[in-house]
Formats: sequence, structure tokens, C-alpha cells
Amino acid sequence: MGSMGVSAPSLNSRLIELNAAYARAIDDGNFEAWPEFFLEDGLYKLTSADNHAQGMEAGVMYADSRNMLRDRISALRVANIYERQRYRHIVGLPSVLASVGSGVRSETSFLVVRIMRDGTMDVFATGRYLDLIEEDADGNLRFRERIAVCDSNRFDTLVAIPL
Amino acid sequence: MNATERHVAWPEGMVSGAPYWAYQDEATYRLEQKRIFEGAVWNYVCLDADVARPGDYRTTFVGEMPVIVVRGEDGEIYAFENRCAHRGALIALDDGGSNARDFQCVYHAWTYDLKGNLKGIAFEEGSNGQGGMPRDFAKEKHGPRKLHTATLFGLVFASLSDDVPPIEDYLGEEIHGRIERVLRKPIRVIGRFTQALPNNWKLYAENVKDTYHASLLHLFFGTFRITRLTQGGGVLVSEDGGHHASYTIDAPGDAKSDEYARQGIRSESKGYRLADPSLLDSVDEFGDRIQLQILTVFPGFVLQQINNALAVRQILPKGIGRMELNWTYFGFEDDTPEMRKRRLKQANLVGPAGFVSMEDGCVGGFVQRGVATAGDEFSVMRMGGDATQTDTTRATEASVRGFWKAYRTHMGI
Repeated sequence: MGSMGVSAPSLNSRLIELNAAYARAIDDGNFEAWPEFFLEDGLYKLTSADNHAQGMEAGVMYADSRNMLRDRISALRVANIYERQRYRHIVGLPSVLASVGSGVRSETSFLVVRIMRDGTMDVFATGRYLDLIEEDADGNLRFRERIAVCDSNRFDTLVAIPL
Repeated sequence: MNATERHVAWPEGMVSGAPYWAYQDEATYRLEQKRIFEGAVWNYVCLDADVARPGDYRTTFVGEMPVIVVRGEDGEIYAFENRCAHRGALIALDDGGSNARDFQCVYHAWTYDLKGNLKGIAFEEGSNGQGGMPRDFAKEKHGPRKLHTATLFGLVFASLSDDVPPIEDYLGEEIHGRIERVLRKPIRVIGRFTQALPNNWKLYAENVKDTYHASLLHLFFGTFRITRLTQGGGVLVSEDGGHHASYTIDAPGDAKSDEYARQGIRSESKGYRLADPSLLDSVDEFGDRIQLQILTVFPGFVLQQINNALAVRQILPKGIGRMELNWTYFGFEDDTPEMRKRRLKQANLVGPAGFVSMEDGCVGGFVQRGVATAGDEFSVMRMGGDATQTDTTRATEASVRGFWKAYRTHMGI
């Protein structure tokens, strides 16, 4: 990169990269990469704004280990039946909300378009990711928590692929 | 009833096949609103806990009719149509609330008490001696339609019919007992989600009664032995056909059964194991080794126990080819932290993303689309014969036939 060198990337740009890589993995159908964005005992929950605001704990998806996320993907690949479909995530810029221990809390908005095999495209979900992000042993940013809070409480047909 | 005249005739009393026009016909759909949802049935509307204190209310639907369910000052639960007597606007706009002392329509500020009685009319006497309502206008003769309510084990049901039997008689002893089995203690809601399904409401009502499909469509079930047709269990069907309870009992001998493999059925997938088996770390909380119980009350209520994942589901029609399924996940007030965690994990089994229920979200749409031009054709539902009796096998479509038996009775077709 020439004599100017490369400055250490700011936290913000690292969060942007994390979110971009996460969205890209899902949208490319590289689902096996999805659990790897989480720490071993990380939490993923897919819920709605109403449930979140009311302190309802259950999610549409709920996993408190990376292995549970892997099971989600195995089921998606081997067990569950659904019509072929893809997502396109449009992810907003992260807001860093607070430092928590060795990690940060951040919030990022998302919009997901679902593309069905026949070409039908719908806004499938909008919402925000509420994240607690830490570095793993190798210095990579990973999710200790990622709560995907959908703005709407209504899900069309089914949710096979995670958001 | 013109539907039957415009379409192929549905042989009298036939319940082992349904004509596909029943999922497509506008006149039939309208008639269902009158004869089923507004007829002599009990419609599930909410949980008793949703309206725990006087002034607590929720808005929901009976068929497509918007209704308000509210706890009155006297502690009783009232339900009435969410429709102003004046010009028909919705009276309550939110999902619910608390401390309501009355309801006021936003359009012209007509006011109702918690029983749905019209109590106040803005400018009833006019203004400056001019205008106002005629002197002979009797408020007590105007109001939204009122529904009867019945509460049973924390579930609130409503009916527009004066002829509906008491809820206990409506359900019958067996179904009543199967509800009691699950709902003996104060419950605690842990999540609510809505799933919009691209199919006629009856396709879901059938699906949830269909014990035959469960282990064939849902691979997750079969692989992890949550339920298979070769396990112990059975199905109870109420006398009128409309209600059912299917169940599976953990049967230790099942591991040796190779019927799925022998028949080459897709559900069998021996190599598939969970990386985190804590998902299925279940406890026999009802003390009867019943791992799964799915119960329906005609026309649109489901009570589900899949291991420790408990939920009620409300089936709401939203047009000929659309419906909504309202999921309410719950546990009990006295759940330990371990049990709470267990329920959160097992909630993955059900709902819009459920390992064992997501397929039900799309399969109704597959039928709705598949029968697009087959209105005069009939489905085939003859597994286990043509009757609607209780059975000790789940390789039967008895409870689906039961649905159609009750449907035809209520519809008068």
C-alpha cells in the first residue's frame, strides 16, 4: 500500500466489515459459514420488536451455542422442506452504543428481500441487529450476542434461512 | 347456497374426500363466516391471562369479524364486535391495553362501556339548541354485536350463537380432559408471533389434524424420534368430529422398527445427529410419558405440547386464499430457570421457523396452488377407512374426516 502504510482500521470499519461478511455469507447461500460469526457459547435470537419491548424471551429462532446454529444449518440442508429461495440483506451502518467489558454493544438496521424460485420478490423483514461483539482468541470480531429484532411481528409463510 | 349448484356436487355425508372448490369459492367463504365462525361454535379469542384485571382488553377476530375482549369491572370477561354502531368504524385500534374504563370511537366519539353497550353520543343534544339526535333515538337499541364468552383452563372462547352448547358439552369429556392435562397451572406467556399463510384456512385446520403427514413431511420428527407412526399413540376424535387430540407415547421398542427404511420413506435419515442435543433435553412434565399432544377445537383453535414446547395457535381466515396463524408460546408461572431455558430452546421446534412445523407453513400453499383449476375434483382421505372414530394408530385420516363432518354439519351442505 505504498509508503503511507495502512492505519489500524477503526472499530467502526471493523464492525462494517463484520456485518458485510455476515450478510454476504447468508445471501450467497454459504450457510455453513454463518455459525462461525459467533463465539462458541454465543447467543442468536430472531424475534420481533413487540416481543422485545415486552420482555418476551422466546424467539422464532433461539440458539445459545455455536453448535445449535450448526444444527439450524444441518436441518436447513437435510431435514426441512421449503421452496427454493434466497435473501438479499441490505445492512445499515452500525451504531456503537457502549463498551461492555472487552466487547462493544452495537445496533445495525437491516432490510431483507426474499427472492422466491419463481422470481417473486418481497420485503421479507426489516429490523435491527442488537449485538454484543467481542474478539475471539485470534483477534477476529465475533458475536457474543446477536438479537435480530424484526420490526413486524408477522412472518410470511416460513422462516427457513436465518436473518 | 349457490356454491354447490355452481360446482360439482359433494355427495351427501361424504367426508373421506372434499371438493377443491371448498378452498376457492367466494360464496362458500362468505357462508363460512355466517354458519361456522358466527354460528354455534366456540371460537378461541385470547388467554384469560391476557385480560387479567378489570379494564384489560385485547382486540382479535372471530373469523374475519373484529372483536374486543375485555375484563369488566365485575370481573367477568365480555366480548363484542369491534364496530361502532354509528358508522361502522373500529372502536379499538390497538392490539390491547389496560385500565380501559370505556371505549370511544375516534370517528365521532361515540362511547361504549366495557360490556359493549352504547353509552355516549357526542352532541347528542346538538349544539346551541340545534342539530343533535332525534329524541326517539334509543341508545340501548344500538350497539356492536355481543358475543357469549366461556373461560376454560385459562382459555377464553367466544360465540355469537345463543344456541351454542356450554363449552364443556361442546368439547366432550375426552377433549376437555386433554386440555386439562396441559393447562392445570397458571401460565406465563413467553412469546407471540404471527405467521401469514398463503392458503385457505381449512387447509391448515386439516393439516394440524392430519396425524398421517406428521412424520412423513417433517423429517426432524422422524430422525430424532420425537414422533413416528410406529411409536405408541393414537388419536381421539370428538363425537361431532370437530375436535381432536393426537398423541404419541415414548415407546422403548421403537428403535428396532425399520418400517420407514423398508418402505423407502424419505423421513428416515439415520446419520443425522444434533451437534447440540440439549435442544431435545426434555422432561416428562405431565408425568404420563406423552411426548406430544396436538389438540384442536373446531373451528380454529390448537393446543400444542411437543415435549416441553407449549403453545396455543389461533387460525384466522383472511380471505379465500390467505390466513393468519397466531402463535402464543407459554410456560408456567412456577417454571424453574432450567425449565424456562428448556422452553426457549424447544420453541425452535415450532412456529414460523420451527424445525418440525415450518413445512406446515408452505404445504397448504402447495395445495392451494396445486388445485388451481381442479375445483371439481376431490381430495382422497381414506387412510384408516371412511369413518371418523377414535383410533390407536396415527396412520389414519380419521380426525381430518372429522373436520369435514363437523364442517358439513355446521355449513348445512
